[in-house]
Amino acid sequence: MTATSATREDALTLAGRELRSRLLLGTGGFPSLQLMAAAIAASGSELVTVALRRVDPAAKGSLVDVLAQAGVQLLPNTAGCRTARDAVLTARLAREAFATDWIKLEVIGDEDTLMPDAPELLRAAEELVDEGFVVLPYTTDDPVLARRLVDVGCQAVMPLGSPIGSGMGIRNPYNIGLIREAVDVPLILDAGVGTASDATVAMELGCDGVMAASAISRAQDPVRMARAMRAAVQAGRDARLAGRIPERRYATPSTPEAGRAHFD
Amino acid sequence: MIELNGEPTEVEPDATLANVLALLGLSMQSRGVAVAVDGAVVQRALWDTYKLAPDAHIEVLTAMQGG
Repeated sequence: MTATSATREDALTLAGRELRSRLLLGTGGFPSLQLMAAAIAASGSELVTVALRRVDPAAKGSLVDVLAQAGVQLLPNTAGCRTARDAVLTARLAREAFATDWIKLEVIGDEDTLMPDAPELLRAAEELVDEGFVVLPYTTDDPVLARRLVDVGCQAVMPLGSPIGSGMGIRNPYNIGLIREAVDVPLILDAGVGTASDATVAMELGCDGVMAASAISRAQDPVRMARAMRAAVQAGRDARLAGRIPERRYATPSTPEAGRAHFD
Repeated sequence: MIELNGEPTEVEPDATLANVLALLGLSMQSRGVAVAVDGAVVQRALWDTYKLAPDAHIEVLTAMQGG
C-alpha cells in the first residue's frame, strides 16, 4: 500500500473527499458546547453532524461558531423527520443554511426504536440525489435496502447497529457483513454504538467508518470515551487490514511437533 | 397575523422577511440560518425584499446539537 504522505495513508474517501479519521461524530447529547469541542478534538473526527431546529433567541453560544473553530466539516442531518416531504425540505434548508450539498438523511418510522421508514427513506433519497445532494442515508441492517439506496445514488450507506442511543452495539453482525458484501460505497456503522469495542467490531466486520454520538456525549467522561473511540476505530481497521486467522472448531497448535523431546 | 416558529406574531403589513428575522435577533449576515415560508425555502438573497402574506407560516432554522 503506497501513500503520498503519512496523513493520507488509509484515508476514508467519502463523496470525493478524503477524511483521515474514520470516526464520525454526532453532536447530540453533550452537556455543553465546551465539552463537545474537547471531545471532538480528542476523537480526531473531521466530520460532525448537526440537526436543524428553530432558532432560539435565548440560546447561549453558537454551535456553528464552535464547530467552525474546531475545524471540522459540518454534516447537516434530517433528524426528527418522519416523512420524505419533511426530510427533503429540511435538506434544502440545510443546504441553504450551511452551504453544503452533503446531507445525512434520516427518516424515522417508529417512535420507540427510531428505526428508519424504508419506503419514505428511499423516496427522499431518490429525490435528493436528483436535486444534486450528496446523500448519506441512515438505514436498517437490511442488505437489500442498502443496495436499493446505492441504486438510487446514495454515496454511502449508514446502517444501524442497534437503536439510536441504545448503546446495545451491533445486534446483527451477520447482516452488517452482508451489507459489506452487497455494496461498494463507504459503509459507516451509525447508531447504537455503546462503547469502544463496538466500534472495533464494526471495523473488523468491514465497515469503512463508524459514527457515534450518545456513546461519547453521554458517557461519564466524554473526552476519555472520545479518545477510546479513536483508538478503537484504528484498532479495528488495522485488524481488518491485517487479515485475521479464521475461527476453527478445534485447536491448532502454534508450536510444531517436530523437535519435541520424549521423556521416557 | 403571521406564524413565526410556531408562535402567532404581529408584524407590519409591509414587513419583509428581514424585518421578521430581526425579531429573532438575526440579520442578512447571520451565519448558519435558513428560512422556509409556507413550506418552501426562501433564499437569503431575497430576505430583504420578500413580502409576506398576512397569514404566512415562517420557520427560521439553525444548527442544533443532534444526530
